[in-house]
Amino acid sequence: MIPELGQLALALALVIALAQGVLALAGSARGETAWMGVARPAAWGQFIFVAIAFACLAASFINKDFSVAFVAANSNSALPLQYRIAGVWGGHEGSLLLWTLILGVWMVAVSMFSHRLPDDMVARVLGVMGLVNVGFLSFMLFTSNPFDRLFPSPLDGRDLNPLLQDPAMVLHPPMLYTGYVGFSVAFAFAIAALLSGRLDASWARWSRPWTTVAWMFLTLGIALGSVWAYYELGWGGWWFWDPVENASFMPWLMGTALIHSLAVTEKRGTFRSWTVLLAIFAFALSLLGTFLVRSGVLSSVHAFATDPRRGIFILVFLTVVIGGSLALFAWRAPRIGLGGRFDPVSRESMLLTNNVLLVAAAGSVLLGTLYPLVLDALGLGKISVGPPYFETVFAPLMAPALFLMGIGPLSRWKKASLPDLALRLRWAFAVSLVTAVLLPLALGRSSAWVSVGLLLAFWIVASSAVNLWDRVKNAASGASVAARLASTPRAYYGMLLAHVGVAVFVVGVTLVKGYESQKDSRMSPGATEQVGGYTFRFDSVEEVTGPNYVAARATITAMKDGKLVVVMHPEKRIYASQESPMTEAAIDPGFTRDLYVSLGDAVDSKTWIVRMQYKPFVWWIWGGCVLMALGGLLAAGDRRYRVDVQRQSIGQLAAAQDATAAGVR
Amino acid sequence: MKPRHKRFAAIAVGVAALGVAAALVLSALNKNLVFFFTPSQVAANEAPQLRDFRIGGLVVPGSLKRQPDGLTVQFIVTDTARSIPVTYRGTLPDLFREGKGVVAQGHLSSDGVFQASEVLAKHDENYMPPEAADAVKKAHAVVQKTGQTLVTDPQAEAKR
Repeated sequence: MIPELGQLALALALVIALAQGVLALAGSARGETAWMGVARPAAWGQFIFVAIAFACLAASFINKDFSVAFVAANSNSALPLQYRIAGVWGGHEGSLLLWTLILGVWMVAVSMFSHRLPDDMVARVLGVMGLVNVGFLSFMLFTSNPFDRLFPSPLDGRDLNPLLQDPAMVLHPPMLYTGYVGFSVAFAFAIAALLSGRLDASWARWSRPWTTVAWMFLTLGIALGSVWAYYELGWGGWWFWDPVENASFMPWLMGTALIHSLAVTEKRGTFRSWTVLLAIFAFALSLLGTFLVRSGVLSSVHAFATDPRRGIFILVFLTVVIGGSLALFAWRAPRIGLGGRFDPVSRESMLLTNNVLLVAAAGSVLLGTLYPLVLDALGLGKISVGPPYFETVFAPLMAPALFLMGIGPLSRWKKASLPDLALRLRWAFAVSLVTAVLLPLALGRSSAWVSVGLLLAFWIVASSAVNLWDRVKNAASGASVAARLASTPRAYYGMLLAHVGVAVFVVGVTLVKGYESQKDSRMSPGATEQVGGYTFRFDSVEEVTGPNYVAARATITAMKDGKLVVVMHPEKRIYASQESPMTEAAIDPGFTRDLYVSLGDAVDSKTWIVRMQYKPFVWWIWGGCVLMALGGLLAAGDRRYRVDVQRQSIGQLAAAQDATAAGVR
Repeated sequence: MKPRHKRFAAIAVGVAALGVAAALVLSALNKNLVFFFTPSQVAANEAPQLRDFRIGGLVVPGSLKRQPDGLTVQFIVTDTARSIPVTYRGTLPDLFREGKGVVAQGHLSSDGVFQASEVLAKHDENYMPPEAADAVKKAHAVVQKTGQTLVTDPQAEAKR
């Protein structure tokens, strides 16, 4: 009964979404206030009905209703409650339901926090989001219904993949999807701008906080996935350039370009068409990412052939969304114009370069991810594109972008002076250069790559410090330093914090890559090995029993200079419902280093293959991501997005800019 | 320079930069592509001699042997028509089992042994890497035509 209720709720949500999309868009085109008025209540309606459907599916999981095919495939009677709930998004159908639920949350948020927007803009934005939801809800109802029944119903479920039975994996999909779906708001704003022909600084001001918040969630989601891969897959890698990871990284790169381009559109009224195009691409890549991961196309393109309905639906949906919005762009973009002019040396041109680099990076990831799929689908052979490709392409694309991160925020809008910038930044550069050369020497082993990585990271930090100092120095005279700092807008601190986050991330990546060490060894009780300055002693192995698994649990003592550091317990688990064992690594995390021990195979009852790793500064990688996300949060919470005292004057300013821009053209 | 010339120069610089970037990306891609071959293709000398490639198939039951150092392992990978010996030094992934599908990346040494630098763990619900499944399917198509087989694997048979 409960699953049928859920299905009914989904069908109702689809009807509401359709009504919202059609009425709100038609109403805003014809100026019918009553039709536009449908948008807000319809957003709530969709959210409520999708939430009911979601609750029904969750209830089926909690009640262990294995007559529902999706529950039977992703749960088991021995599965603990928290993972039965997480099982809702453990597979294709349920994760689509999560997607539409989050879309509902974003729609409700837009309808609640949009009272400063004109009614027709709200109607257009919500209408576009409604149409996106129509696509997802009908995909679910017609090709991947989470409420499909099994007859006869199995006695027990197949269990949630043990790899997913983990707290980070419970949080990772909702975070990631909140980011993906959040870009639908930026997308809807872009389409609304194209439809109305209105794209000015105030438009960018509305769209910006939404985009930044979505970007923040996406950043955290990707970081969580990376942490999970690090400790759960058991091999100590934190990024594999796997298609699943690339699928989330491409929208992130595009979204990063978008938040920077939006900044220019808001401050200068420039880059308008480009911003709209980036918003379309960011959302298109989010859709592509969702489908790549969840359609099964990655494990085999031929999965498409076995269930052609899904594949065809996805291709048609992507074509309609991407093709439709690009066609609209081609038709309407001339109307929104390009905006003001700027000099080759200016903050605009630096942000443009950063944008081009980020987009090129996203394009190269897209190429490396899709090329093997396309070749396979065309029957031209099976290939794989490994990490070396991505690393070769990424370093030269990102290094100039990191360098520009130091200069860009200090340069003036419209026209900057290179000699002036060089003068202001000479100490920052000298300090970072000296540190980058000396620090690797102090660490014992120097290489060009480590120095370049550290140089870029220190450069970002040093130039951010110069930036802050200049701001304090040049503020209104007479005010105290504290007052000057307090009067600085939050968005500015957000930018600095996010940039420092990138620097922290770069330090982590550079030092892990440059100084990590690893040893695989065959060990019996009493055996010792040296890795990264630490001594590992293999003490014993015993059998332990968990809720739904049995495990071999080793005791390994790590020592440094004869002193005990930590006692570690890596495990090899065998889950009751699975055939294959699972490696559960033991990690001793630290601010400057991780010790990472995992069990390989048993040679005999007492002797095991053990992998020991020393990972310096590995947490800085995710720490950097958290700083970036915090920076995003600060920026999105800036006062000017909440208070509309300046709205009038900004509107006038934008109008004046439009007039001058039009005059110049 | 007139504004129009300026714009033209900017566009020219942009196009040139894009061209260089595209050339770099494509050459990186070309250098780092790893092709996949089935044991039958390797037996027919279709695999490259100098670059790394991937092989896939089933691990022959009973073929896994460990060298005295405990780290180097040897096993035989088959697509049910032809098979190829593999050596690998390191820790095998959790999903590695005799009689199951496997994909390995490495190169062919002069004595016909595949020196794997990496044995891949693909987390697929039926624990069969798609490449390996494909290799077995292809070999079966050939075997059905010629009516001969060198290795039979009951588990693989049961799967179909």
